[in-house]
Amino acid sequence: SDISILSLQIRFILLQNRQGKTRLAKYYVPLEESEKHKVEYEVHRLVVNRDSKFTNFVEFRTHKVIYRRYAGLFFSLCVDITDNELAYLECIHLFVEILDHFFSNVCELDLVFNFHKVYLILDEFILAGELQETSKRAIIERMSELEKLE
Amino acid sequence: MPAGEGTALPHPIMNSIFSGTRLRDMIRSIRACKTAAEERGVVRKECADIRASINENDPHDRHRNLAKLMFIHMLGYPTHFGQMECLKLIASPGFPEKRIGYLGLMLLLDERQEVLMLVTNSLKQDLNHTNQYVVGLALCALGNICSAEMARDLAPEVERLIQFRDPNIRKKAALCSTRIVRKVPDLAENFINAASSLLKEKHHGVLITGVQLCYELCTINDEALEYFRKKCTEGLIKTLRDITNSAYQPEYDVAGITDPFLHIRLLKLLRVLGHGDADASDLMTDILAQVATKTESNKNAGNAVLYECVETIMAIEDTSSLRVLAINILGRFLSNRDNNIRYVALNMLMKAIAFDDQAVQRHRVTILECVKDPDASIRKRALELVSLLVNENNVKQLTKELIDYLEISDEDFKEDLSAKICSIVEKFSPEKIWYIDQMLKVLSEAGKFVKDDVWHALIVVISNASELHGYTVRALYKAVLTYSEQETLVRVAIWCIGEYGDLLVNNVGMLGIEDPITVTESDAVDVVEDAITRHNSDMTTKAMALVALLKLSSRFPSISERIKDIIVKQKGSLLLEMQQRAIEFNSIVDRHKNIRPSLVERMPVLDEATFNVRRAGSLPASVSTMAKPSVSIPNGVAAAPLVDLLDLGSDDIMAAPSSSGADFLQDLLGVDLGSSSAQSGATPGPKAGADLLMDILSIGTPSPAQNNTSSVDLLSTPGINKNPSNALDTLSSPALPHIATTASAGGMFDLLDGLTPSPSKEATNGPAYPPIVAYESSTLKIEFTFSKSSGNPQETNVQATFINLSPNTFTDFIFQAAVPKFLQLHLDPASSNTLPASGNITQNLRVTNSQHGKKSLVMRMRIGYKVNGKDVLEEGQINNFPRGL
Repeated sequence: SDISILSLQIRFILLQNRQGKTRLAKYYVPLEESEKHKVEYEVHRLVVNRDSKFTNFVEFRTHKVIYRRYAGLFFSLCVDITDNELAYLECIHLFVEILDHFFSNVCELDLVFNFHKVYLILDEFILAGELQETSKRAIIERMSELEKLE
Repeated sequence: MPAGEGTALPHPIMNSIFSGTRLRDMIRSIRACKTAAEERGVVRKECADIRASINENDPHDRHRNLAKLMFIHMLGYPTHFGQMECLKLIASPGFPEKRIGYLGLMLLLDERQEVLMLVTNSLKQDLNHTNQYVVGLALCALGNICSAEMARDLAPEVERLIQFRDPNIRKKAALCSTRIVRKVPDLAENFINAASSLLKEKHHGVLITGVQLCYELCTINDEALEYFRKKCTEGLIKTLRDITNSAYQPEYDVAGITDPFLHIRLLKLLRVLGHGDADASDLMTDILAQVATKTESNKNAGNAVLYECVETIMAIEDTSSLRVLAINILGRFLSNRDNNIRYVALNMLMKAIAFDDQAVQRHRVTILECVKDPDASIRKRALELVSLLVNENNVKQLTKELIDYLEISDEDFKEDLSAKICSIVEKFSPEKIWYIDQMLKVLSEAGKFVKDDVWHALIVVISNASELHGYTVRALYKAVLTYSEQETLVRVAIWCIGEYGDLLVNNVGMLGIEDPITVTESDAVDVVEDAITRHNSDMTTKAMALVALLKLSSRFPSISERIKDIIVKQKGSLLLEMQQRAIEFNSIVDRHKNIRPSLVERMPVLDEATFNVRRAGSLPASVSTMAKPSVSIPNGVAAAPLVDLLDLGSDDIMAAPSSSGADFLQDLLGVDLGSSSAQSGATPGPKAGADLLMDILSIGTPSPAQNNTSSVDLLSTPGINKNPSNALDTLSSPALPHIATTASAGGMFDLLDGLTPSPSKEATNGPAYPPIVAYESSTLKIEFTFSKSSGNPQETNVQATFINLSPNTFTDFIFQAAVPKFLQLHLDPASSNTLPASGNITQNLRVTNSQHGKKSLVMRMRIGYKVNGKDVLEEGQINNFPRGL
């Protein structure tokens, strides 16, 4: 059938700076370490020099990368070719807003020194490659509950 | 937070894992590194410390070690030695340890590592933990990295947790279940009930994950699909209606759109429920119409919802009024100024073509504009869409647009674009002349990007369009003057000039639309010469040019001297194949004027149907076979049945194979092909031999003998379906197959020089000289066969055959010879410098005896070669030459 009834999920999420340093890499499909490095390198190459007027979508191997740039940071999601690109753009933006709330005015250094927290936030936001919670408030509250347990 | 190493504090857990300075210190010192080498140094030292600390097995350092390892891992360094630490942390009682342990587990391990199995037990315990935060950690890890085995083991726990009292656990359990059923689809049934209960949830996060789980189950399991269709369609529609109509909810609104994420998930689930079920589709038409008309489309979030809505409308059962709505939305998307929106419109219009081609055709102009967009992502989609829009009615107009754009498009887009144009033109071409015109335009603009099969197909079509031969060759001639850097254009042009050069210079077969042009024979040869001398022409082009020259030498007798000069220059080519061809062709021009016209006759019409079949299926196979040396030629008997099997339409399987290939060749030389039909009728051999030769020369058979081609192919490339179009392979294969590199082929080549490999009276009309064994050792045998050059009795041509008698391969084989002063010796290169076990190679020698009739030949020789890397030297004197040479 030509309709898009497929298992949809995010394959991986990357957060990279302009120089290609990975600040977060979360894979929801199993990949060899060497393959992960290759993917990170290739995705960075694909997105870093694109004109800002261009689409936020680039075809990547048999999938497609939805990316968005915030200052010097690129947030990239790899999804199926038939997936709703616009929805994933919203996803990225929501994630950035959550980070911004959590770190109050997030900058790259926050993400470097608190990389583990970024992963923990992501785990409250996306699970098994699917959206888990879309409320900023809910995620921030959950994070502070967890912090209290530390 | 207090700094310190955790030693000063009463309980290490009180010192929060990540506030310890050491992690921050490490990150700082890594960031301070100026070079990669410096960074490696710091990391190496840190890793050594961590290993040492792991060996001390102090549980208080574990969490910090692991945190550091995760950072190091993110930088791309190996950290597998930390995997067991994750397991230990997960097994420890406290939440902070478990939390960092699970985080490390997800980062450093994945489902394929065996170590992961060790964690199953801990996971099971944690899923049953009294602390709901611990349960959450375990669900998260399981959902992100579980293997099929773990999914099977832990599914009951997860299923139970879907009903857990805390909503945070419920939503995690729901998504964890999607991973489980993806890994083990058999488990889907077990989750149906639990999942359907989630659809009634009031908690937003649980509802959205519940919808996702139901969607997953529906795509995996038919029973689930039926169940949800019957029991939940109406409820889901109500939920969707509620959120569509609900008032502003700041928590879930995005840019004025109510809860777009839930919207999208609900629409997606409705899509599976409606697809293939008219009743369910009917139920949802109203709400879909409402979403399609009421959603604001000035923000991305709104468009994301519209996108999903259109997808659903297009997937569910026919509701034509809705589809009009959907197509209109896509039309609006397409004219949006936001590139992202235009991109998705192009993508979705491709699906819309299936049910409303006309509606999509209306947007053709806009879509064509998108092909020219600066953004490669848009161009690529638009090009795909355009190729779906082409039909018999619009092919001319669309092709024109695309070709016009080809002239100005980016270099890196030309390959995709030209490939698409070619496939459109081939598929929908209304007439041959139009096809040829368009292909010429593409080759002129983007010839260097065009794949081999495309220009091969063009040659096949040209060959079949006999009334257009003159027109085509003139058009190509004009094109190649302007676009001489387009390699494939040049190839097609020189092929046509070689074949139809006479039509070019004489303006034969002028069409009404043509302006007469004046091309002299010399002009035509200029084009070919240019191709052969141009430094960046590749081997195929040069080889094709050489063949064209040979053909022209016969077509243009008045300038055949000039053509010969060009051919002779190629004797100095650095490419062995070119050298050898040049020598062969030169001798055809020089010494075989009587057979040349029939040798270089026009190619027979190439069979389109067979070419297309081969193009579709067996190209790689034929390529590999072409590379095979044709040493099995003598084995005509064995190969003969193949003709039957392949049924090439040749009734007379007359190849009636003689006992050896050499016989063919002798026969060939013994008779005048052009005239002696009686003789060729008497022995079927010669004709086959002639075909063989022509095949070798890539010239093709004279048309009357067309059905003999089967035997040619049979001989030259056993075991493969052949037809006249294989001449194309011969033309284009850079290896110039059949000849040159194999010993037996070397023999044929000598024949052209007027030599025979074995004594043949017919061949030379002179006295015959028996072959001799010039040298024999335990490992090597050398045989000489002789022939006289016509015209000069002093000159003797010797073919030396070196036979390896040993079971080892000889490499770096070199044969050297010395002769007394009264003799002059000329050595041609050997057919190879590698002599396989029991194989042979040949080399030609020319001896001129100034004392002819008085003294006999005599020769001293030295043979050097390597066996298994060791040098071997053999020497000898040859005194047993036949008298009178």
